Amino acid sequence: MTSKMACLRVFRGSDRAGGCYQDYQVAFEDGDSVLDGLTRIRADEDPSLAVRFSCFNANVCKECSMLIDGKVEYACVAKLTEGITQVDPLPKVPLLRDLVTDTLAKKERL
Amino acid sequence: MKEPVTLTTDVLVIGAGGAGMYAAVSAARSGAKVLLIDKNVVGRGGATIMAQMTCASALGEAEPDSPELHLADTLEAGRGLCNESLSALLCEGSPIRIRELEGWGVNWARAEGGGFSQVKAPGHNRKRCVYVDYLATGAAICATLRNKVSRDDAIRRLSNATITDIVAHEDVAVGAVGYDIPTATPLIIKAGATVIASGGMTKMFQRTTASNNLCGEGIGLALRAGARLVDIEFLQFYPNGHLAPRMVGLDPTTWEPTRVKLGGRLLNGRGEEFLQNYTDTQGGEAYDTARDVLTYAIYKEVEEGRGSPHGGVYLSFQHVPADAIERALGPVLEIFARNNIDLTKAPVEIFPIAHYQMGGIEVDAAMATAVSGLYAAGEVVGGANGANRLSGNALPEALVFGERAGTSAARHAKRDAVRDWDTAIALPYVDTIRSIVGRNNGNSAAPGHLLRELKALMWSKVGAFRTAGDLAAARERINAMRLNDIETLTVADAATHNASLVEWCELRNGLLAAEALALAALNRRESRGAHQRVDLPQADDNLRKSQHIVLSGGTLVSDFAETWL
Repeated sequence: MTSKMACLRVFRGSDRAGGCYQDYQVAFEDGDSVLDGLTRIRADEDPSLAVRFSCFNANVCKECSMLIDGKVEYACVAKLTEGITQVDPLPKVPLLRDLVTDTLAKKERL
Repeated sequence: MKEPVTLTTDVLVIGAGGAGMYAAVSAARSGAKVLLIDKNVVGRGGATIMAQMTCASALGEAEPDSPELHLADTLEAGRGLCNESLSALLCEGSPIRIRELEGWGVNWARAEGGGFSQVKAPGHNRKRCVYVDYLATGAAICATLRNKVSRDDAIRRLSNATITDIVAHEDVAVGAVGYDIPTATPLIIKAGATVIASGGMTKMFQRTTASNNLCGEGIGLALRAGARLVDIEFLQFYPNGHLAPRMVGLDPTTWEPTRVKLGGRLLNGRGEEFLQNYTDTQGGEAYDTARDVLTYAIYKEVEEGRGSPHGGVYLSFQHVPADAIERALGPVLEIFARNNIDLTKAPVEIFPIAHYQMGGIEVDAAMATAVSGLYAAGEVVGGANGANRLSGNALPEALVFGERAGTSAARHAKRDAVRDWDTAIALPYVDTIRSIVGRNNGNSAAPGHLLRELKALMWSKVGAFRTAGDLAAARERINAMRLNDIETLTVADAATHNASLVEWCELRNGLLAAEALALAALNRRESRGAHQRVDLPQADDNLRKSQHIVLSGGTLVSDFAETWL
C-alpha cells in the first residue's frame, strides 16, 4: 500500500489568545487515526508537541478528546485524510499546553 | 521545574488499574491513609479497563466447580512453573472478590435461573468465567472501583503523576520520587509502605494489545530498589490479535470473544482449516486450544507459506447468518463499519500480538517483595501463571493480589513504618528528573524515536519464537540503548505537560525491563509455554525451575538458584 500525505494544522501554545498554528506533513495509510499522526510527529519531528492519551486507538480511556476541524472528537477514532486537518484543544476547559487541557476532577490534581 | 512538594502517607499505591484500586480500597479498609497515583487517569488507564470479557472464578453456579479444580487447570497451563502458593491464592480468592465487586455495583451477567452466567474459556475444564457483557467486563470493573476509591476519604487520588524511583533507606523502601506531569512539580513521597501496581511491559512490542502506559516501569522501579524478578522471559502472545484491515476505535483483542461467541472459523491463506493439525497433543476442541498452542499453529502456517496477504491467518464469520451477527454484536458493528469491516462479506486477518507478562516482580503470598516495605500486585507480579496464562486469569490476579497487597502494606505501615526521614535522601532522584528537562533540545532523536526502534527490535528478536543469536543481539542493543542512547535523546524544555520527559522516564525504567526479558529468554535454554526457542524446541526437565534476575552494580544478573521465599 502506498502512503498518502496528511497536513495536520495543530494549535501550539499555553494560552488561547497567544497561540499559533503549526503545520506538520504526515505520511499515512488508509485507516490510520489522527492520533497515529500526532504520535508520528512526536517521534520523528517535534517531541515538544503536547498530546495526552492512554489506551491508544481502542477508544477506552477517552483522554484524546480534542477539536478536529472544529468538532469534538477522539483523535484515536478520527481518520487521517489527505489535505489540511485543523486540530485544536477542547474548548471551555483550561488549556495546559498545545492539545492538552485540564479535564481532571479537582480532587485528582496535585 | 518547580520546587519539590513533599507528601506523606501510610500506603503509596503506584498505578490505578484493577490491582492498584483494589489495593487502595483494602489498605484503607485496614485503617491506612492511602495515596493512589496514576500516570494517566485513576481508573481509566492501564490494562484492566481494556479487558474484554472473561474473568475466571470457581463460583460453581453454572456447573459444579471448586478453587481446587481451577488451580489444577491453572497449574497445567503454567507448564510446571507456577508458584503454587500464588496460583492457589488467585483461585481461592477469585470468588470472594467477584462477590464483593457485585456488592459494590458490578452487574455480572446472570443466567436464567438467577445464578452467575459462567462460560467455558480455553484451557478451563469447567464453565467458570464470569463476565459483565461482551467486550465490557474490564470497563465495568474499573468504573465500580473508580467510584469506590473516589468515595473513600482515606484515599487521596492523584492522576497524571508519575513515579521515577523508589526511595530506599537502609534497605527499606520508605517512599518514592516522581513528578506531577501537568505542573512539572517534583514529588517526594514519604510512605510507610509502597505497592507497585503499574502493570506489564507489552507496550515494548511493535504489535501489542497494551495501553500506552504499560511499558515495564514497575519492573525498572523494583530492580533499582533491590527487588528480584522471576521468570520474566514468559510473555503471552494473544493468538487472535487483529492484523488487517487497519482498525481503530476498538481493542485489537476483540476477536477472541467474538470468535467464541459467534463460532468464527480460523482459516489459512488457502481458505483451509488448520487447527486440527496442531492440537493432537493437547486434545480438546478448537475453541479449547490453549493460547501458546494456538499462537504456534498460526506462526507455523505463515512460516510455511500458507499465510494471509498481511502475514497472518483469516478469521471468517461468513458462514454465520447476518441476523445472528447483528443480534450478537449490536453497536460494535458500527465500529466495524467505520473501519470498512463487514463480517458477512469478508474475513478479517489476525496474527498473535503481545498481550500479557506472566513473569515479573517476585513476591511471597503476602505480595511482599524482597525489599522490606515494598509490595507488588497485578500483572507486574510474576509466578501465579508460570509459563502460560489461562484466559480469564488476569482479572482475578489483579483483584485478588491487589486486595492482598493493600492489606499487607497497611499492616506493614502500621507496624514497621519508617516515615521520618531526611528529605535530602530523595534529592539525588529529584535532580535526575530536573537534569533531563531541556536536555539535547532539538539536536538529536526524540524518545518516541528510540521507543519505535525498541518496539521493532522486541517484536523481531524477542517475540513469540526466539533464537540464541537474535536474543543475544537484542540484549546487546537494548543494553546500549539503556546506557548510551538514552543520554543523547532530545527532551523538550516545556514547563507544563512535558510529554517527552514522561517518555524519557518511561524508557529509563522500561529499558531495564526489556533488557531483563531478553537476558532471561537467552538464558532459558529450552522451550516451555510462551517461551519458544526455535534452536531448542524441547522442554528440559532440568529447567523446570524459576529464573531470577537482580540489578547488581548497574548490571542485570540472572540465576536459576532456589528462591528466597
